[in-house]
Amino acid sequence: MNPLFAELQWLPRAPEEFPERLRALGNSAGPLGRELRALASHALDLNQLTKLAKTIGKARSGGKSLDPLVPFRLAVVSNSTIDMIVPALVASAARHGIAVEVIQAEYDQVAQEALSPDSKVNCSKPDAVLLALDYRALPLQLSLGDAKASSASVQRVTGYLQSLHNGIKTNSDAVCIFQTFAPPVETLFGSLDRAIPGTLRSLIDCINRDLAEFVLGSGDVLLDVAALAETVGLSDWHNLQLWNMAKFSFSDELIPLYADHVARTVAAVRGKSRKALILDLDNTVWGGVIGDDGLEGIQLAQGDARGEAYLAVQRFALDLRQRGIVLAVSSKNSDEVARAPFLKHPEMLLKLDHIAVFQANWNDKATNIQAIAEELSLGLDSMVFLDDNPVERGLVRHLLPQVAVPELPADPAYYARTLAAAGYFEAVTFANEDLKRAGYYQENAKRANLQKQVGGVDAYLASLDMTITFQPFDATGRARIVQLINKSNQYNLTTRRYTDPEVVKAENDPAVFTLQVRLADIFGDNGMISIVICRSGEAGLWEIDTWVMSCRVLGRKVEQMVLREIVEHARMAGIRKLIGAYRPTERNQLVVDHYAKLGFTKVEEDESGSTRWEFLVEDAQPESAPMKVVSHGFASTKKIEPA
Amino acid sequence: MDEPEIYDRLAKIFEAVFDEDSIKVTPELSAKNVDGWDSLTHIRLILTIEKAFKIKFSTSEIGKLQNVGDLVALIKLRT
Repeated sequence: MNPLFAELQWLPRAPEEFPERLRALGNSAGPLGRELRALASHALDLNQLTKLAKTIGKARSGGKSLDPLVPFRLAVVSNSTIDMIVPALVASAARHGIAVEVIQAEYDQVAQEALSPDSKVNCSKPDAVLLALDYRALPLQLSLGDAKASSASVQRVTGYLQSLHNGIKTNSDAVCIFQTFAPPVETLFGSLDRAIPGTLRSLIDCINRDLAEFVLGSGDVLLDVAALAETVGLSDWHNLQLWNMAKFSFSDELIPLYADHVARTVAAVRGKSRKALILDLDNTVWGGVIGDDGLEGIQLAQGDARGEAYLAVQRFALDLRQRGIVLAVSSKNSDEVARAPFLKHPEMLLKLDHIAVFQANWNDKATNIQAIAEELSLGLDSMVFLDDNPVERGLVRHLLPQVAVPELPADPAYYARTLAAAGYFEAVTFANEDLKRAGYYQENAKRANLQKQVGGVDAYLASLDMTITFQPFDATGRARIVQLINKSNQYNLTTRRYTDPEVVKAENDPAVFTLQVRLADIFGDNGMISIVICRSGEAGLWEIDTWVMSCRVLGRKVEQMVLREIVEHARMAGIRKLIGAYRPTERNQLVVDHYAKLGFTKVEEDESGSTRWEFLVEDAQPESAPMKVVSHGFASTKKIEPA
Repeated sequence: MDEPEIYDRLAKIFEAVFDEDSIKVTPELSAKNVDGWDSLTHIRLILTIEKAFKIKFSTSEIGKLQNVGDLVALIKLRT
């Protein structure tokens, strides 16, 4: 089975402490809605969904509040066994902000429940009735090659379905959720089954089409189970052993997926679908880093496999915009650099005109997303945030749990599919106004003003469990050192480029202090992310010749920790003063205040914008950050690492 | 796979399926001894076991199971 669908891979894995959190929830006085939703927003298997539903059931019968989940009474009638589906529905609904109470009809009592006014379903006054029928519930007769008979057969079926609608409408005034029918795998003629009237495949095709048309006119809701089954594969959908043993109409392994689809549909009925898509830029809508790779370097071209993957993301975003989803951008870049591809790259499908709010700056993304929501006058629970970087995704999930943040696979080819599979924008109606909605937001949106910072960044950083490792330059790290020195454009104070032999020379020169910095966190090892070269000038003084950092670890307070490390070594070497310099280029505006932020004092500035800074080592206590420090290989520490 | 290991893993599966950590998984254990071990929970148990051990049972094999001992014998045969 395709794990993207069967395992709901757009959702983060369930945390190890899931059982403990569930237990704590059971003991809490409530309201429980927020934590329930947080727990439900993981890729839960059937047993986990069942346990979560049990907790919800106990809370409800104990009179505890489930706020802010929105209550919904859902009756379910079926010709198959749904006992294992019902708890999954309850738990999945919490994922979509709904507190579903299921009224479960007896097995195979579909017509009775719909048509008699005093049936369990009709008496319960449901908000909606899910008609969880599969093709085995239908009065179908083969009429091979007989167009007239097969059309009569189709009409008989749609007439039956309409009578169910009429019964429910009259007796309880609930909305019906009709399912399309997944055809069986087995054919009689083979491919010809599709063409010959009266085969099961052709009959079910006709019924699905007529049903869809009927629902569009009746004000009911369609759940396209046929499409879902085709998406995962009919042979995986239909588990014949389970049908024979227990009358399951589809595989147990797909219950979490099916339940999520029912839940997103119910959420859409309650108007809780999402409305805006916020896009990261670097490595999300194009390949590479615009600030480092430049317009010519980013991957975004037909004929280039990676480039086409990113174009597919852009195309999908554009199509969503066409149906009324608002697009916004949140990128860690300077505004001008981030806009350049939109303005100048010939292959960009997305244009600035398509983006309602464009946020490119160096703030953390939670702050930016909040500003975008305010600017659009939409709630955070209307937002979806697409970003390739797991740290950014984690930060936004942690600080703004209302925002939907899909997990993304390693291969960008599957970004668009993953976003689509998550179903954030599920709709139950479509009107002409929807076509204009994105434009409407656009006209009203001005650039958001970002003064306020979302709190709690430090706590989040601490939760990343970072380890920073310092070493002097060595042979093992040399290739990456040379690459960082020559490729970094943005977080680069002096933009001095050095060749491999020059780096070797610095490595061996006792008058030069070098630093290679690595960072690991709970998401994995980021590898070498920063380089520093200090040269001894006059006595007691180090001049910081080069300071480079990868933008991937911006906002993690790495630079503070690097300064602490430099200061420590400077002290041991009897250095009193550090001298820093900033040499402006077209691309390193990002670090114009680097030394000011670290507590250096400006001593010089010329008309080109170059600045010089100094920092007194004695008594200095540079700010710390929540990460574990490992320092090895330095001669002064008397620890010599094997080469 | 040897029996102690199978029993070990079954204990965890029983805990997950029945949401109950007091069940002692012995060869004699059967649906009669456990509250809530109805036909549906039985299916859920079998499905969870199939997934955990990455094996599939046939319909008739499932039909013949009388107690945990039978189940373990079947798992042992397949793993």
